[in-house]
Amino acid sequence: MDIKDQPGFRSVAIICLLVLYVPVLILMVFSFNSGSLVTHWEGVTLKWYGSAFLNEEFHSAARNTLIISVTATIVSTICATLAAIGMTRVKPWRGLAAAFMVINLPLMVPEIITAVATLSFFALIAGAFGLNFGIGNLIFAHTVFCIPFAYMPIRARLEDMDLTLEYAAADLYATPWNAFKRITLPLLVPGIMSGAALAFIVSFDDFTITQLVAGPGQTTLPLYIWNQIRRPMTPEINAISTILLLVSILFVSVSFLIARRRAK
Amino acid sequence: MTTATLSPTTLSKAATFEAQAVKTSARRNRLLSLPALIIIGIFGVLPLIIICVYSFLVAAPYGGVQWQFSTDAYLNFLFQRDIFDDTLQFTPDFLIIYLRSFLFAVVTTVICLLLGFPTAYFMATRSPAQRNWWVLLITIPFWSNLLVRTLAIMFIIRDEGLINNALLALGVIDKPITMLYTNFAIQLGLLYAFLPFMVLPLYSSLEKLDFRLVEAAYDLYATRRQVLWRVIIPLSKPGIIAGCLLVFIPALGAYVTPLILGGGVHLMIGDLIAQQFGSGRNWPLGCAQALILMAAVLVALFFYVRNTSGKMQHG
Amino acid sequence: MPEQPGKNAIEVRGVRKVFGTGENQVAALDTVSVSIRENEFFTLLGPSGCGKTTLLRLIAGFDFPTAGEILLHGQDIAPLPPFKRPVNTVFQSYALFPHMTVAQNIGFGLEMLGRPKAEIEARVAQMLKLVKMEALKARRTSQISGGQQQRVALARALAPQPKVLLLDEPLSALDYKLRKEMQIELKRLQNETGITFIFVTHDQEEALTMSDRIAVMSAGKILQVGTPRDIYDRPAERFVADFIGETNFLPGTVVSKKPGVATVKFASSATISAGYPEGFDPTGEVTLVVRPEHADLVPDPAKGTIAGTLSNIVYFGTDTHYHVKLDGGENFIVRHQNSRSSPVTFATGAKVGIQFEEDAARVLKD
Repeated sequence: MDIKDQPGFRSVAIICLLVLYVPVLILMVFSFNSGSLVTHWEGVTLKWYGSAFLNEEFHSAARNTLIISVTATIVSTICATLAAIGMTRVKPWRGLAAAFMVINLPLMVPEIITAVATLSFFALIAGAFGLNFGIGNLIFAHTVFCIPFAYMPIRARLEDMDLTLEYAAADLYATPWNAFKRITLPLLVPGIMSGAALAFIVSFDDFTITQLVAGPGQTTLPLYIWNQIRRPMTPEINAISTILLLVSILFVSVSFLIARRRAK
Repeated sequence: MTTATLSPTTLSKAATFEAQAVKTSARRNRLLSLPALIIIGIFGVLPLIIICVYSFLVAAPYGGVQWQFSTDAYLNFLFQRDIFDDTLQFTPDFLIIYLRSFLFAVVTTVICLLLGFPTAYFMATRSPAQRNWWVLLITIPFWSNLLVRTLAIMFIIRDEGLINNALLALGVIDKPITMLYTNFAIQLGLLYAFLPFMVLPLYSSLEKLDFRLVEAAYDLYATRRQVLWRVIIPLSKPGIIAGCLLVFIPALGAYVTPLILGGGVHLMIGDLIAQQFGSGRNWPLGCAQALILMAAVLVALFFYVRNTSGKMQHG
Repeated sequence: MPEQPGKNAIEVRGVRKVFGTGENQVAALDTVSVSIRENEFFTLLGPSGCGKTTLLRLIAGFDFPTAGEILLHGQDIAPLPPFKRPVNTVFQSYALFPHMTVAQNIGFGLEMLGRPKAEIEARVAQMLKLVKMEALKARRTSQISGGQQQRVALARALAPQPKVLLLDEPLSALDYKLRKEMQIELKRLQNETGITFIFVTHDQEEALTMSDRIAVMSAGKILQVGTPRDIYDRPAERFVADFIGETNFLPGTVVSKKPGVATVKFASSATISAGYPEGFDPTGEVTLVVRPEHADLVPDPAKGTIAGTLSNIVYFGTDTHYHVKLDGGENFIVRHQNSRSSPVTFATGAKVGIQFEEDAARVLKD
């Protein structure tokens, strides 16, 4: 027995893992249930995935989700990358501390408050100026909370980066722009990818803000699931949930593996 | 050696160049940060200011606001205006929901800590390869869709869910135990939702623990439990505080969990606020309720900042 | 010393560097002036925090002097950014670009200078040969050993044929044996390329063995510039004598002096005459310094310059250290190189004499 071990801790850890995974695994297993009940197992089938893929509502929800998530991910990752470069390892500029707070604000405000605030904001500009960006409303709202998630790994990567590499580049006749293009940016790419993956997940999975801000016809996948819960449920909802979970797992793993490779 | 010396008070050409370069880079850095700041400023900060303003207005009959100053939203939080004689009567309905939410959040934080600390410690004492797997396994639920994860809990605790079916089949019970749409369901859902939020910060603090200190404590005749309480836990205090905060704040403002597992019967603050913007049609009240929640969060954050900055002063 | 203005690669004139502002101001360099000749192996030697790395960074262009000028072949380069200065640096951590191969690292500077591809390739090949790394040119820098990284860093800095090569403690990360090897390698590279090397180190042995000239620095100032022999045999200040090699310090009082030689009286009332550095006027309390290997032990106390009691003998293999308690109470160490036939043996507790020539001792400011 290792002297670091504490009695009972192993059991608690294994229980935690089971508690976290068993309910989700059961949900996934029932997506293959040939019966039409979400709790009574009858046999194996793939028909619920088939019916989900043929479902027009699912299509439109998936399309909306992708449009919103991809746009929000691209915009937020670009903004976060620029901000991280302007705010990490630099001589403090006036307003830097305040800027840092603004970037992290969406992480500190409870989601429900952001949701009602954003709803009030869009209602106000629609009422006062007749401005309505349609699905753009959701894209803006998502971009706001995606920025800090994209920002974190990029900033961490910059902080880890050896400042002497840029000195070395400048010493070897690289102009600031060349040093950025040839040294800083290539070394920053893993951080940017990791940040983009996180931004995509939080946008893809968002329910609270989307539910309150979405206008008619702007159903995303999480909203579609929510609508299904309120009807008699079939394993089709398990199938769609499973797809959502797999997307999350894929992006988390990608982000995780990139971060691990950096640590080596 | 050359004897050439310059008056040390005159700035060299180089110093002027440097001052110029510093100014240029400050301008460039500010410019780079601008797009992110503008987006968050317009679509993140401005909305918060708007709800501050809205909370002092009058509700329009079909949702939205009328531009007329009023403190009714805040008064309504604790009192109800009598329709007939216009007197204010103390109505603790909202306060009870806030206190209940607070209780839910505290219980969630405590249980998550009790489960999360041993788990994080166990993870931190594995070999590096095993550690990676454990971290990935905890990270996946951390980022997975909360709605779907809550749905998974719902399927298990329904009347015809897995637990009741199993108990019925075993003959332990003869009719299903009602768990869904109860306080128990909400509590379970919160624990399930936020457990990873506790484990990860605890882990990152325990991972940095210098285990030679543990060896030194054993060398000085400490027992396993004494090592835990006198060495390991005090050293991981920053992680414990961060983990508690990361669970407490979202648990206090939880929306999805009580929405699905409370069935609209057992409300938490989050649902209460959302209700004012939906069926309640009282936006100013919803804004006031949101700001009161925000104040509670700020108090929690304040304690966090005070605790961590105190830590830094002690080195 | 004689100055030949045209032959100076680098001239540092009255350079001050102040970090921080207001109350937190720290002068890292306090009005430093020094000239470094062409094709010279010049070393900045001093303890950590003495300002040697700051001076190197000012020459490289990573920092800018608060006051003063830095001339490269007569032109003030202090207001130029690093990428406009024909000087290259070998960093302490090597700072090799991790996402590039060995060859790409070496070619980077030339590429940034916009040289034609063919020229870059030829030059990279030449450099790889110079540092004997041809076999590993396609490797990533993370896949080679510390010593090999060191060679790549050197090749990368030499490839653009800089006027001056700056080396910031480049050997400190290597183990003892490899360091010895690289010291010889560096000297060879300097001879073959004919480039001026400015080398920063805190290792006095490294400085003495490799340099043409050394500047000893302390607390932001240059205390003495000279050849290794100058610095070792004729230290200008107590700090220099103390920092480089081992030295005996004997406090005393000046009783008389004539040009170049002062006579000093010690606690035991013995007197010694010795030289003193230029520009120093010895009066009152002074310190006499004597290197342990410049003194001899004699069995007869009367025959020695000063006398004392042998308190300890420490055997070092190549030589033996005799610790002597002088009659005046001071401690003195005599180093004696061991040979096959050391005729005289001493025993602890014996009264002994310590003998040294007048030019082995030096009078310095207390």
